Formats: sequence, structure tokens, C-alpha cells
Amino acid sequence: MGPLDIAEKIKDKFPGEIIEITPFRDQVSVSVKRDKVTAICRFLFDDPDIQMNYLSDLCGVDYSGRRLRFEVVYNLYSLKYRHAIRLKALIPEDDPSIDSVVSVWSGANWHERETYDMFGIVFKGHPDMRRILMPSDWEGFPLRKDYPLKGPETEYKGFEELKEMHTHDNEWKVKS
Amino acid sequence: MNDQNTGLIEVEEGIKIVPGTNAILTTLDNVVNWGRKSSLWGMTFGLACCAIEMMTSGASHYDLDRFGIIFRASPRQSDVLIIAGTVTKKMAPIVRRVYDQMPEPRYVIAMGSCACTGNIYNTYAVVQGCDTFLPVDVYVPGCPPRPEALMDGIIKLQEKIAKEHLRWSRWR
Repeated sequence: MGPLDIAEKIKDKFPGEIIEITPFRDQVSVSVKRDKVTAICRFLFDDPDIQMNYLSDLCGVDYSGRRLRFEVVYNLYSLKYRHAIRLKALIPEDDPSIDSVVSVWSGANWHERETYDMFGIVFKGHPDMRRILMPSDWEGFPLRKDYPLKGPETEYKGFEELKEMHTHDNEWKVKS
Repeated sequence: MNDQNTGLIEVEEGIKIVPGTNAILTTLDNVVNWGRKSSLWGMTFGLACCAIEMMTSGASHYDLDRFGIIFRASPRQSDVLIIAGTVTKKMAPIVRRVYDQMPEPRYVIAMGSCACTGNIYNTYAVVQGCDTFLPVDVYVPGCPPRPEALMDGIIKLQEKIAKEHLRWSRWR
């Protein structure tokens, strides 16, 4: 089954959820509303002719300035049929949240945590919604377009102490 | 050059041999520093792309073995820590711990622009030069430095070691 056929199948099953189907160079992206994303993923996983049993990647995108500012992108692959499709869930800026797909692919756990960490998109129903890369007390979401490159005024947790240790290095005091 | 009064022959600056015997005269500093600089064991610790260049330097084509450099997989057996790559603020405490685990005498080479200054990564997550938390002996610029540049840095470090006097002693 080609990726366009899969896209058609999604459209038949969830007619009101599809926003756009974009084929490009034999790859197909399906933009969907965020509300039923877990059901769509469950369908793609369960359907005997599709069987998307491998979540290649899950990440976030910030289209700054757009009304539906954020996107969560699911790159899906079927190890049985060797076909792939890309699913994009559009998320508005004022309520950056979406349902978790950990119940479908448990591997999505850390990916969703990273997406939360970098973009501030909350995954509802996630078993462990914490930051994964940045320190737990970090403020802001670094991969957002409006995030200042040098970050907030507060220093990275533990780095000040490290620099303080360095001032006590014996090696520096030596005249050689 | 023959010393007229003693008959000693100076073979190199500060090193004299006694003719007819199996003996040389020199300073303790010379002997100790020669030993240290001739077997600098490096710590196997790569952080980013510079590590690939460091591996290349250690492999047979450039062959750091001929300087007496053997990469060790434990900081307890290492003499020199080559900071090969971008140091993130998350990684910095681990780098520091590796350094603290090394026995003295120990040396640090900052390899590449990232380790020296942070390079283009002037961001919230990247350390702006590993000399903010480590005592660096030699800086090797380049992005990444070629193996020749790293070898030049190592030779610079050897020259520095050769000039040391009581740097690691108890009375420093």
C-alpha cells in the first residue's frame, strides 16, 4: 500500500480530522486536528493492512506567527509492509497541549518529554511529564523561536558551583 | 665540548657524560621531566567531532604512539585530558569529575575552537571555553584541528613539561 492510499484510508476513517494531505517526492504528510490524534495513531497501529508498528520519530515544530503555531510530527513506519507516512498534528499557541500516544508506542515516552522540554507542548495522559534534557528548575522552552539564544539570566544549574571549584585549583597558583 | 678540568663531555645543554663510564650528570628536574613528557598517556574522552580527529591522530597513519602517547580508558591511568569537542553545561561537571579523578601530574589540552572559546555556540547550553572550569595547559585552535595541529599542541605541552621545576611537588 502506497502512502497516498494510507492517507486516503485515514480520510475515510476520520473524515472531519484531516486538514491537508501533502505529497512530496513519494513522501506523504497528513496534517490533522489534534483532538483525535491518539485514535488516529491507534487506527494506524491496529489496522491489519497498515500496521505502523514502528515510531521512527516524534518531534515538535514551532511555526512562529501562524495561528496554529505548533506542530507535533509523527514519522511512522511499518516493519512488516515497509511503508511510511508522516502525521502532523496542529496545535494552537494559547493552549499548547495534545493527547499522548505512549499508549500506542511506549517508545514515544521520552520523545514526548523532549518535545515538552523544548517547546512546552504538554502531552495529556503521559505517564511521566517532566523535563528530560534541561534541569528541572529551568524556565522557558529553548527551541521556541522567541526564546533568547543566550537563555535567561539565571545560570545553568550547577555551573556556578563548578566555576567556583575552579578558583581553588592548586595548579593556577604555581609559578613555573 | 670537553670540559678541560673535569673531562666531562656535554652532549646536550645541561647533560654531561663521564667518559669511560656508563654515567651521565644532569639535574633531577631534567630526568623527571624527560620521563613525564615521554609517556603522556591520554584519557579516552571525546565530546564531539574533534574526537574523530583525535582518534585519527591516535591511529596508525599519524600514530601518537611514537610520542609515547597511549590512550587509556580510565582517568586513574591517564596523564593528559584532551578536551575534544563542545563542552555543554550539562556535560561540564562530568568533564570536571574525570579531571579530578586523574592522578597528578595531570595536564589539559583544549582541542578545537569549541573547547577553547565555545566557537559559534554562544548559547544558553554551551560552556564558553573549558578554561572557565579547568586549568588548561595548551590551546589548539581549529574546527576541527588537523591531526598535525593536535600533534603540535602535544609537542608544545612536552616543551612546557620540560621546563617545569617543582610544579607538582609537595612544596609548591
